[in-house]
Amino acid sequence: MTKIARLLGATALITAAATTAFAEAHGGCKIDGGRLSIIGNEFPAIHTVANAATSCEGIEAEANLTADHQKLHVAGMTGNPAEYTTAIVANSSIVSLINEDVIRPLDDLVAEYGQDIPKHQLISVDGQVMAVAFMANAQSLVYREDILEQAGLDVPTTYEEVLAAAEKIRSDGILEYPVGGPYAAGWNLAQEFVNMYLGHGGEFFEPGSAKVAINNEKGVAALTMMKALSEYMNPDFLTHDSNATSAEWEAGNVALMHMWGSRTGVLMDDEGAEPVVYENTRIRGPLMVGDSGVPANTLWWDGWTVAKNISDEDAAATFQAMAYGSSPAILNDETMSQAVWLIDGFEAQPVNEGVLASVQAGSKPYPMVPYQGLLHTALGAELADFMNGAESAEQALADVEAAYTAAATEKGFLSE
Amino acid sequence: MVCAVKHGTFFSFVFPSLLAMTLFIALPVASVVVQSFHAQHDQVIIEVENCGPFGCETTTKIDQEATEALRQDQPLGKFVGLENYTNRGHLATSEIGEAWRTSESMGDFLGELMNLPFYRAIAFTLTFTAIVTPLTIMLGFAIAVAVNASARMLRGPLIFVSLLPFIINPLVGSLVLFWMIDARGILGHALQFLADDPELSVKASTPLMWIMLMVYGIWHAAPFAFVVFYAGLQTVNQDTLEAAMIDGATRWQRVRYVTIPHLMPLVTFVALIQLMDNFRVFEPLVSFSAAAHANSLSYYIYTDLGGETRLLNSAAATSVLTIIGVAILLAPVLVRTWRDHKRA
Repeated sequence: MTKIARLLGATALITAAATTAFAEAHGGCKIDGGRLSIIGNEFPAIHTVANAATSCEGIEAEANLTADHQKLHVAGMTGNPAEYTTAIVANSSIVSLINEDVIRPLDDLVAEYGQDIPKHQLISVDGQVMAVAFMANAQSLVYREDILEQAGLDVPTTYEEVLAAAEKIRSDGILEYPVGGPYAAGWNLAQEFVNMYLGHGGEFFEPGSAKVAINNEKGVAALTMMKALSEYMNPDFLTHDSNATSAEWEAGNVALMHMWGSRTGVLMDDEGAEPVVYENTRIRGPLMVGDSGVPANTLWWDGWTVAKNISDEDAAATFQAMAYGSSPAILNDETMSQAVWLIDGFEAQPVNEGVLASVQAGSKPYPMVPYQGLLHTALGAELADFMNGAESAEQALADVEAAYTAAATEKGFLSE
Repeated sequence: MVCAVKHGTFFSFVFPSLLAMTLFIALPVASVVVQSFHAQHDQVIIEVENCGPFGCETTTKIDQEATEALRQDQPLGKFVGLENYTNRGHLATSEIGEAWRTSESMGDFLGELMNLPFYRAIAFTLTFTAIVTPLTIMLGFAIAVAVNASARMLRGPLIFVSLLPFIINPLVGSLVLFWMIDARGILGHALQFLADDPELSVKASTPLMWIMLMVYGIWHAAPFAFVVFYAGLQTVNQDTLEAAMIDGATRWQRVRYVTIPHLMPLVTFVALIQLMDNFRVFEPLVSFSAAAHANSLSYYIYTDLGGETRLLNSAAATSVLTIIGVAILLAPVLVRTWRDHKRA
């Protein structure tokens, strides 16, 4: 946390002129042969990195950017030689790559080609550099200033206030479903639970073990809050992922929304929405819930890795291309607002406020534990029944624990 | 000598397909069965310090070297017998025993049963198969009779239009329907108007979602049944039909007593194909984002195989159970066909 805070201080000192000078100095990217094949998620900042990396001369380059990247990267890096030479991952998805042992330590490549990469961008696991982060991300509150004004409301800082504000907006007849959030059954719904549970001060596992421990008061409180919020959401909320929720926002149907920092740039630009929507779209920091003092969201970094099962030549080419793709050369007026870049020369933009405020408010990073992914999957599959109203919070949490335990036993994390 | 040559010819004709079937069907099935009896090795977990832009924290990771040694010894993983089949993700024997002991009524017990992922998947899959298969056959037959009775000039365009749902890719076709039934889509809005309930949402209600998936299933598969029956209709004996007309049979009686018996073997064929197709229902669940309301066996395998946390052994167990399910489902039809064959 301190590192990013220092980074923010440092970036304030660096002027725009210095950035352009840097970009000109780095003008192009030339590599002597090798292969670059990128797999990664699909949002504007990642497009920027991938476009810059694949523009390098002298290499064979391709990129597969898709929302389904998590279903593809392990399989695509297991073969020898691996289909993908690099995966753009986050602090959750890198764990599955480390678990399957398909990415290589980068220390030697950093020493040879990565002297310019600032220390705070290096992700180290057990003393070895395993990834290079290029941006930070977090979910936070997005709101419509005009609607809050019309209803005579202050900007909510807690989920309890969101509920009160939603009720006011509805009873004033402004919007029927004023609240939005990525609550689609599966990964998104699980993520919202992770946020809300951490916000209540919860711990996912028994200390030092893979035994899950979420069926408790905090778990029930988290689910109860999610259910209460969903009463103010479009009834189809269980099918709304980040993309669909953003579309609802741009259609002007939502006034208070929990959304990723990496996606807010799209909401504030003048494409896809009426002026009244994008001109009044504002970002705030993370929401609090209950009295734990911990924000109800998680901190994320996005970064790139290098596959283990590829030739040294391809690894070197991939490293150099990706290092260029996440170097100060990619920063310009257009890309500056796409993310909270961890790259030198980044200047915070209004759309980045949610992520920066999360860092300052002490949000927790998403846990990098080998079995967290199994729990996330179990949450995504089992919580929908509760949100549907088909079963109680206790029953849903018991189901999650049972589903997780079965999966973790099969994976060898738990023995009976 | 003649016999040997015959056998030799027979063998050289059959060998390529026999080889292909062994390679692409028998061996993979055998491999899936073997994998379903294994689970992954106990993971060796070590405590490590991870550092990144948000500071350092102590957490855990898998000790790859220690785990690798275990993997080298037994590449398939550890043998667990039927454990993958009996665990909560599949047949859930102990959970069912518990539910049977503790539940007070049959409804209570069924509720507990439907809370288990495998049974929920099989319940939807069987319901889907049982409802979509006969309705597809009926609708396909009705279209075939209607097209056959229409003016010759119109038949070409009619056949083309009737085939469209089958030509459209299932993922695209179901996505089109998905947006039409959205609360703000044309069908979703029409439903709200008809039901006089502005809150009504197909995507938020489990029964409506099931109905919509089945409507899609019928819409998509009816053209297949139609084409087969339409071809069959061209071979109906015209003399018999004329004789029936002279005897004063009504239009319905002619269909019932001449056309349908003539098409019966085709009905068996379409039923067989449709049973298999419907039992592996998958695409509409993806396009409809139906995970919150419905799960099928294929979708269950897909979620195990995809994602960050691949449960390969669990997927293998579900696959074997699915194969057994298909065998049970098709047995009556196959036995019947075999009997007919012997009688003939």
